[in-house]
Amino acid sequence: MADMRTPLGKVRGLGSAKEGTDHFWKQRLTAVANVPLILFLIWMVISLVGAEYEEVVSTLSNPFVSLLLLGVILSVCWHMKLGMQVVIEDYIHSEGSKIAFVILNTFFCVSIGLASAFAVLKLGFGG
Amino acid sequence: MSNIELQDKRPLSPHLSIYKPIPTMVMSIMHRITGVALYFGTFLFAWWLFSAAAAPEYFAWVNAFFASWLGRLILFGYTWSLMHHLAGGLRHFLWDTGRGFDKHFSTRLAWATLAFSVSSTILLWIIAYAVR
Repeated sequence: MADMRTPLGKVRGLGSAKEGTDHFWKQRLTAVANVPLILFLIWMVISLVGAEYEEVVSTLSNPFVSLLLLGVILSVCWHMKLGMQVVIEDYIHSEGSKIAFVILNTFFCVSIGLASAFAVLKLGFGG
Repeated sequence: MSNIELQDKRPLSPHLSIYKPIPTMVMSIMHRITGVALYFGTFLFAWWLFSAAAAPEYFAWVNAFFASWLGRLILFGYTWSLMHHLAGGLRHFLWDTGRGFDKHFSTRLAWATLAFSVSSTILLWIIAYAVR
């Protein structure tokens, strides 16, 4: 079968949406990162079950915990932004609402990410 | 007849309602549903972190909510969603390498996903209650 793509288009490999495998790749990249980060998060939460405020704050002000939590926040928020975008694009067919929901999705993920990161930094730098 | 009316009368391809649910299909749907649940569930995580950074009284209030039966039920569901989405993700990593597409193997893998998510959730909650 004849290939209608130009040699330049083939080399760039970006397809008609001009994004190539960018969405897929970042979705998988954050998924790989999420595996160890979520295992850390589960371990941290379990270790804090039933803990008093002082103990929670002292754990959350540990620099390694802060760094790992920032990693969790970045990777998880990015991953969920990409995932929800696919869900929106699959089920919302009218162009206007689709764009509106994709924007709302980004705002939600950025808000969750910023609020969590602010809390982690505040605790990390000593409340 | 206008173009729009003609478009409305086009026959549709068979959809979900006509197929018998099979394990791989159900787990695929569950992967998406748990993903969406986790998406909204991150709000709880952000809320908990924020309360710890805010004030002891507010943290105590949020902590009491999570310790209530409703809070525990939500957290139990959250744990299961997390484990199920994790297992589903690992399954996708295997598929990304081009392996694991055989009919019988992928069906067994679908059941394994469910078995893993249910057993690991119960195990994590046993650990959480034990270390308390």
